[in-house]
Amino acid sequence: MRKNSNVAFYVPYVLWLALFVIAPMLLIFYQSFFDINGHFTLGNYVTYFQSGTYLAMTFNSVWYAFLITAVTLLISYPAAYILHYMKHKQLWLLLIILPTWINLLLKAYAFIGIFGRDGGLNNFLGLFGIVPQQLLFTDAAFIFVAAYIEIPFMILPIFNGIEELDEGLINASRDLGASPWQTFTKVTWPLTISGVKSGVQAVFIPSLSLFMLTRLIGGNRVITLGTAIEEHFLTTMNWGMGSTIGVVLIVAMVIIMFLTGERNKLKKGGKHHA
Amino acid sequence: MSEAIVELRHVNKSYGDTTVLKDINITLEEGKFYTLLGPSGSGKTTILRAIAGFLNVSGGDIFIAGKRVNDIPANLREVNTVFQDYALFPHMNVFENVAYGLRIRKVDKASIETRVIDALKMVRLDNLANREISELSGGQKQRVAIARAIVLEPKVLLLDEPLSALDAKLRKDMQYELRDLQQRLGITFLFVTHDQEEALALSDEIFIMNDAVVQQSGTPVDIYDEPINHFVADFIGESNIIDGRMVEDYQVKFNGKIFECSDAGMKPDEHVEVVLRPEDLDVVPAEKGKVTVSIDTQLFRGDFYEIVAYDDGQNEWLIHSTNPAPEDGTLVGLYFDPEDIHVMRFGESEEDFDARLESYEGE
Repeated sequence: MRKNSNVAFYVPYVLWLALFVIAPMLLIFYQSFFDINGHFTLGNYVTYFQSGTYLAMTFNSVWYAFLITAVTLLISYPAAYILHYMKHKQLWLLLIILPTWINLLLKAYAFIGIFGRDGGLNNFLGLFGIVPQQLLFTDAAFIFVAAYIEIPFMILPIFNGIEELDEGLINASRDLGASPWQTFTKVTWPLTISGVKSGVQAVFIPSLSLFMLTRLIGGNRVITLGTAIEEHFLTTMNWGMGSTIGVVLIVAMVIIMFLTGERNKLKKGGKHHA
Repeated sequence: MSEAIVELRHVNKSYGDTTVLKDINITLEEGKFYTLLGPSGSGKTTILRAIAGFLNVSGGDIFIAGKRVNDIPANLREVNTVFQDYALFPHMNVFENVAYGLRIRKVDKASIETRVIDALKMVRLDNLANREISELSGGQKQRVAIARAIVLEPKVLLLDEPLSALDAKLRKDMQYELRDLQQRLGITFLFVTHDQEEALALSDEIFIMNDAVVQQSGTPVDIYDEPINHFVADFIGESNIIDGRMVEDYQVKFNGKIFECSDAGMKPDEHVEVVLRPEDLDVVPAEKGKVTVSIDTQLFRGDFYEIVAYDDGQNEWLIHSTNPAPEDGTLVGLYFDPEDIHVMRFGESEEDFDARLESYEGE
C-alpha cells in the first residue's frame, strides 16, 4: 500500500517528462528523416554535413556560446566570491537575480534603446566629444547582452559552491604555509569547480541555440544554429531540415553535459593524482 | 631553563564591548606539552588562533622563537595547527593531504615521498596513504590531521580540541599516542581542551582559563593540590569547598571546629574557602572522625564508590572510597590529615599566591 502511494508521487513528473521532453525529442528525431515534400530521406543529414554554410553556422554557434560563457564566467566567479564575503549577501544576490524576472524581449528592446545611434550610451560618449559609434548590430554588443542575460545563471551555482566551502579548509591551507593565491588555486578553485561546471552548463547550452538576440542585437549578422532552426520552421517551412539541425544541437548539448558532468565516481579507484 | 619558543605579553582581545582575552602572559618553552584548559567561551581557542595568526589581537605582543609576529600572516608563521574538525582537504587523498605543506614549500619530490611516509608512520597510517578522506574513520582522520601538521616540523604544534569528536575509548588511546608523539618529536605542543582529565593526564604544564583570564598555571599536580580559587578547585577534579576562617597560621576553622592545616600567610580571622578532595576523606566510625556526617547515597563507579553524605549543618560532602560505606542514614566520621586541607583566599592573584606559598614552604 505504502509502496503504491510512493509510486503515485512520480506520476506527475513522469507524465511531464513523457509529454514535454521525451515526446518532442522523438518527434524532432522522426521529423528529421523527411524532406520538404514529406518523403522519407537521409538527405537532411547529408546536406547538413556537406554544406559549408551549416558547418560554418555550427562553428559560429559553438564559438559564440563559448565566448558568452567565457565572458560570463570571468565576471561571475569574482562576483560570487566577493558576494560571499559581503555583509548583506542575500540582498545583493536578490538584486543580481532580479533582472531574470523581467521578460527577455523587454530587456533586448531596452538594449536597442541604449546601444542605438541616438541611444543612451552614444549620448553619454558625446559628452566627451566622441562621435556616435555603431554599437548595435556588432558582435561585441551581442556578446555583451547575451552575457548580461546569462550572468545570474552563472553566479547562482558558483555562489552556492563557495558558500558550501568550509572556511576551516582555507584556514588549514594558510596554516600549512600557502599564500592566499596558492590557497585559491589549490583549495578554493578545485572545491568550487562543480559550481562552475553547473554554471557553464546553465549558460553554454542555452547560448548554443540563442536565436532572438542574434536578430535584435546582432542584427542577423551573427547567424547561429538557433537562427537557422527558426528560419526553417517559420520562413522556408522545411521542417525536416530544421529538425535535423535540432538533433545536431541536442547531440552537442549531450556532449557538453557529459564533459562538464560530475565524474567523481570514477575517482573511487583511489588513484594517485599528483 | 630552556629557550622560550612562544611568548605572549599583555595580550588583549575584544570584540566591541566583549573582552575575550584580558592581559594574557604566557611563555612556552621548547619541547614541553602545554594545555590550555577551560570551559567553552573562556578564551582558550582565541589564544590558539592568535598564535596561529587567524586573528589579530587588540593589544600586546606575540613572539615566536624570539621574533614578534603580530604583523606576520598565518602562512609565514612557524607553527602548525591540528583543527578540531580536522579540516582535511576532501579533494585530495591521505598522501596528498600530508604532502600539501611540503608541495607549497617546493620540497623536491623524493624528499616529499619519504617525509610523508615517515609522518604517516608516526601516526601508524602508512598503509592508508592512497585512501580518500571520505573513506576514513574519525580516528584515522584525526591522525591524518596530525601527520599533515608534524610533517612540516613546526616549532610549535597547536591542537584545538583535537580529541573532542572521538568516542571515549578512542580518546583514551589517542591521549597516550599524543603524549608519546610529543615526546618522540620533542617539539612543543599547545593543546586546547575543556576536559580536565585529559589535561591532567597529558600536560607538563596547564594554563587554566576562565572569563578571558589565565586563572592559574602550573604542573597538573600543583594545580590539583593547590588550586588558587573556587573556580579552579571546582573545575579540576571534584572537591568539597567549605566556607571557613583562618584563625592563625596553620589553624583554620570550619564547621564550628578548628583544624590543623598546612597553609599560612593569611591575615588573622580572614574569610577563606577550604578545599577537601573526595579521595582524601576516609570513612571511619563516628567517634574517630573529625567531622560527623550521615550517609545519604552511594554509587558504585567501578574503581571506587562515590558517597554523598550530609553533616549536621546540612553541608554536602562527597567522598571517594575503595570500600563501600555503611548503609544509608548511618552516622559515620570523616577523617583527613592536616595536609589534606587546602585553604584558598578570595581574589588572590597568581603572583601573590605563588609568593605566599614560597614564603612558608621554603622553610
